[in-house]
Amino acid sequence: MDLRDTPEEAAFRAALRSWLEENLPDDLAGHRGGATRFEGPEMREWSRALFDAGYVGLTWPEEYGGGGAPYNHQAIFLEEMARAEAPPHIGVIGIGMAGPTIIAHGTDVQKARYLQPLLSAKEIWCQGFSEPGAGSDLAGVRTSARVENGGFVVNGQKVWSSFAHIADFCILLTRSDPESSRHAGLTYLIVDMHAPGVEVRPLRQITGESEFNEIFFNDVHVPEENLLGDVGSGWQVAMTTLLHERGTLGFALQAALEVQIRKLVALARDRGADTLQRDGIAREWIEMQAVRFTNYRSLSTLMKTGMPGPEGSISKLVWSEGNQRVTKLALEILGPDAALGEGNAPYGGYWQYQQLRSRGNTIEAGTSEVLRNIVAERVLGLPYSR
Amino acid sequence: MDFTFTPEQEALREQAREFLAANPEPTWAQLAELGWTGVSIAEEEGGAGLTFVEEAVLFEELGRALYHGPFFATVGLSLPALGAEDRAAVAAGEASWTLALGPLVPDLDTAAHVAIVGGDGIYELEGGEREILETTDTSRPLGVVRGGEAGRRLADSTVLTAIETRSRTALALEACGIARAALEDALEYASSREQFGKKIGVYQAVSHPLADAYTHVELSRSLALWAAWCVANDDPQAAIAGAAAKSYAGESAVQVCETAIQALGGIGFTWEHRLHRLYKRALWIESFGASGTALRAEIAASLIEEKTASGTSPAPVTVAQGG
Repeated sequence: MDLRDTPEEAAFRAALRSWLEENLPDDLAGHRGGATRFEGPEMREWSRALFDAGYVGLTWPEEYGGGGAPYNHQAIFLEEMARAEAPPHIGVIGIGMAGPTIIAHGTDVQKARYLQPLLSAKEIWCQGFSEPGAGSDLAGVRTSARVENGGFVVNGQKVWSSFAHIADFCILLTRSDPESSRHAGLTYLIVDMHAPGVEVRPLRQITGESEFNEIFFNDVHVPEENLLGDVGSGWQVAMTTLLHERGTLGFALQAALEVQIRKLVALARDRGADTLQRDGIAREWIEMQAVRFTNYRSLSTLMKTGMPGPEGSISKLVWSEGNQRVTKLALEILGPDAALGEGNAPYGGYWQYQQLRSRGNTIEAGTSEVLRNIVAERVLGLPYSR
Repeated sequence: MDFTFTPEQEALREQAREFLAANPEPTWAQLAELGWTGVSIAEEEGGAGLTFVEEAVLFEELGRALYHGPFFATVGLSLPALGAEDRAAVAAGEASWTLALGPLVPDLDTAAHVAIVGGDGIYELEGGEREILETTDTSRPLGVVRGGEAGRRLADSTVLTAIETRSRTALALEACGIARAALEDALEYASSREQFGKKIGVYQAVSHPLADAYTHVELSRSLALWAAWCVANDDPQAAIAGAAAKSYAGESAVQVCETAIQALGGIGFTWEHRLHRLYKRALWIESFGASGTALRAEIAASLIEEKTASGTSPAPVTVAQGG
């Protein structure tokens, strides 16, 4: 047990910090996300700069354009990015989900075609999993893929798809066997978002902005070479995607919460905080540290055994609820000013936006209800509820 | 960065768990024979020359086993006040200690020697009478000392800061052992008890509180082990880590026990089941020294006013570089 960086880790961290200091444009630091993050060329340029510096796909094998680095580098990268308040690479779906799935299940041709442009932010990916009738219960997918002339014809509707309005490709979970139900008969496809019959409609969120979209597929032709895995094995392929969704993500979330709490402390200094609010601040700081060291424990086990420790499965759950409490505490400290809109609220409406946005945290990337089921059933070994 | 135990530390945990299962009421001499009383005492003083991280393993296991004896008072509280000869006697199992930081003194029924704080020093108490008080947790009695006088000077009172952090961390570790044991009882019951034709663990009204109990157990453990590593390495963040660990793990142990009692229904409310003993130890830990609320007030001051929490630099976020 040694909680300090090794000299090698410290060197990587120091080089990254100075790279960020030199290269992160001032107007991008602290960028709050939301719809505006997609507008203009800045985010692609920033993503490309990260790629050119070798910080994208750190843990991917070198043969696919990755860094071939151990997981601790990825953890340090995510921590330092969040601490510098640097916006993430625009291709988060590609890097975190599509890429690892293609590496695990793709053909050599697919790997050669898709991986490098995805890392360099030349091509953006989105995910087509959830449907109006299939949310947490993903096995209810109904979007159909009819096998026809050696390819597929796709019809259906996907929803909650971030980046779809700027995406070039979609990882799409379809039902290829109309007679099948649940986990059987699903097929995983790579769909060109510019193909005829693909329509994207942004959804307006409670923040007023649009980060995610509906996607409609009307007789969209998908060539056979865009099949990922085998026809009928879509569920197994999709599980690879979801495994990666929750991988080292915990480090980015924890570090973002650390920044959020740092701002909360600054707010308390600025506006004053009563005894109960101070108690809340300390409570959230303690829990944030607990998440941090829980991530370290899980990562250490991953580094030693190749499998992350089970305790890592609680990171997202604890982070999401923590971020909701932190942002609400900030509104409480703001007092009556909390009701003001973006135009005249203190701090440019930062906390009002953050608090509303945080309500999505316990829904996106696995609802808290599903995550508690996962802990109960897969970690604690309690009987399956379904 | 490596946040795993070594194979030797894992072996120590296994040894401790097996020994305490076979010997639920071990004597001080037995603990000394196992080398537990001198884990962090130097080899030339008869100890094992290891660190507080190994002691952390023992605190967790002794908490889990609801051990009754002077291990916490000696190793978790008094050790930093003892000189070389006294440490050697502890390692050899010839002496045990407790330290009177307030009117209620822990392990006074089993500790051989009592240390008291006076002026700028810590002294051995000479003479005086001990009265052992009835406590809710009968495995960890408190007592009061009447009369007596300051005898041998043991240490400068500047060591009290280190003692405070060490004892908070030790109790946080005990709390982790308690909470884990309570969670295991609840999981076993929820996996076997049937109602409405199903194992009750199927129902999310039962399983989700247990999932939350698990998060409390693991977050507690992460904080307590962070604090333990800081104590072992004299890290500048030791004080704030110890405060965070006791605040979170103490309250969490109480809460996890309550969740477990509820999950076991009537059985959990009986005298016969061990849950109430785990619960009472958790409540003891929460009440001893500073409570979770008091510790958070310290931490808030250190974060907001950038005052030091118990004398350490606030430096709340960065892991030390190098090493």
